[in-house]
Amino acid sequence: MLLLAVFVGFEVISKVPTTLHTPLMSATNAIHGIVLAGAIVIVAALAGVTHGPLLTTLAVAAVTLGAINVFGGFAVTERMLQMFRRKGDGK
Amino acid sequence: MSVAVDFADLIAIALFIYGLHELNSPATARRGNRLAMGGMAIALVGIIVQTGGAGWPSVVIGIAIGGVVGIYAALKVKMTAMPQMVALYNGAGGGAAALISTVRYFTAAPAANIDAIVAVSLVLSAIIGAISFSGSIIAFLKLQEVMTGRPVTYPGQQIVNGIVLIAILGLGIWFVATLGVLPNWAFPILLLAALLLGVFFTLPIGGADMPVVISLLNSFTGVAVAITGFEINSTLLIICGALVGASGTILTVAMSRAMNRPLTNVLFGAFGSAGGSEPAAGSGGPQQIRATSADDVAVMLAYASKVIFVPGYGMAVAQAQHSVKALADQLEKRGVKVLYAIHPVAGRMPGHMNVLLAEANVPYNQLLDMEDVNTEFPTADVALVIGANDVTNPAARTVTSSPIYGMPILDVDKANNVVVLKRSMRSGFAGIENPLYELPNTSMLFGDAKASVDALTAAVKAL
Repeated sequence: MLLLAVFVGFEVISKVPTTLHTPLMSATNAIHGIVLAGAIVIVAALAGVTHGPLLTTLAVAAVTLGAINVFGGFAVTERMLQMFRRKGDGK
Repeated sequence: MSVAVDFADLIAIALFIYGLHELNSPATARRGNRLAMGGMAIALVGIIVQTGGAGWPSVVIGIAIGGVVGIYAALKVKMTAMPQMVALYNGAGGGAAALISTVRYFTAAPAANIDAIVAVSLVLSAIIGAISFSGSIIAFLKLQEVMTGRPVTYPGQQIVNGIVLIAILGLGIWFVATLGVLPNWAFPILLLAALLLGVFFTLPIGGADMPVVISLLNSFTGVAVAITGFEINSTLLIICGALVGASGTILTVAMSRAMNRPLTNVLFGAFGSAGGSEPAAGSGGPQQIRATSADDVAVMLAYASKVIFVPGYGMAVAQAQHSVKALADQLEKRGVKVLYAIHPVAGRMPGHMNVLLAEANVPYNQLLDMEDVNTEFPTADVALVIGANDVTNPAARTVTSSPIYGMPILDVDKANNVVVLKRSMRSGFAGIENPLYELPNTSMLFGDAKASVDALTAAVKAL
């Protein structure tokens, strides 16, 4: 499964033209924001054990950083791509 | 319920892959991004269902803060600052991976129930995530020009890096060997060492190499996320992380190839240790250059039959893309053929110039890649270099001692006339002299790129 994902990663990217490299990097950047899901899992795991405030703080920080990655990543990509839409030939 | 969640993950992954596929073409790229967003939403709902909302206050607080900060910054940032924003968001992802490992470890440590797979993945995702976090922040500070963009080197740098690396390896091996049964200080020290390595790794890299570094750090974060997936037993994270790790690697390699330099060379030194800026082209003294005026250049442009614009970072900084388009419109009205030469690493990111020119509604068929445009220069009357430097430096072809020797460049010097718009005679971001400026067919028009282009447009209009 891991190898399949790696292969698909190579395959999908190797076809993208230079024009779209910046938005593409930005989009893959947003996709690794899936780490937010990991942060949510770890928060849930933390809820099941006794722990101090430091761990809670770290877990909230993990969710925050993950959310910045997801929301910021997609928003920046969207902004970049909006500029492509306004081009003259109507596509 | 778990079947439904697995199914949601599957759909999310399919949407990510299809979305990236749609980013192949400008016509479908926006839809691609929307699809990926949809995939992310499905995956996140799936994970919240799976955890049953346990610990929800932390999740709500984190998403609220992160969402507002992330979106606000993304909407407010200037187009020229996009590259460093990508670096920052990437760093956030790496930081999240490192923090997940930290929390995961200190949750499990008291019971000492960490198996070998979890131990290895904990250590790796913490190390790689932390390197990506601090490295991205340094990349941000360099591009934002908070700190110098030049390579930062000092005596004994390699030794210091070696010591930090050995500390990381030692602590990491100790951690895995004892399955995490260590004194409490060990893991924070490991994190700290990895953060330091990220800083030390990015500091000596400067100038033209920054796009490669951001791409590499992006793929680092992907790998860290995939490993985090092993640590918390999440197929979703493993697959998505591997997808980004692989695609980021491809992009990084493509970029290094565009510069004709092996990746190791980019990372470990050429710019850092090649002795800085040796004057090229055998001129010992100050460069012999010819300054010109906007009116002279306007005449040259207006009566040309083919003009090639060569945009670079200077155009991005001055936000001159709309002015450039206005000048092109004026020239085309007079029957001049206008082309744009896009070097793969012009600006601070691959595709940086394309994005800016697309914003100004420059038609795609006028943007030519390096291979295509280099055959056009010998028949061009004027090559107008707008704030590009290193990517036009002929020293890359001939001067073997030059740090950029071997990098494919735009052959602007083959054009009948070269006009360089530049703020001053300062060397480029990479800190290398450009012998192009001394050529007999080159003249310089000093000033802010936008102001110069606007002056040219006005002068052409007045002719």
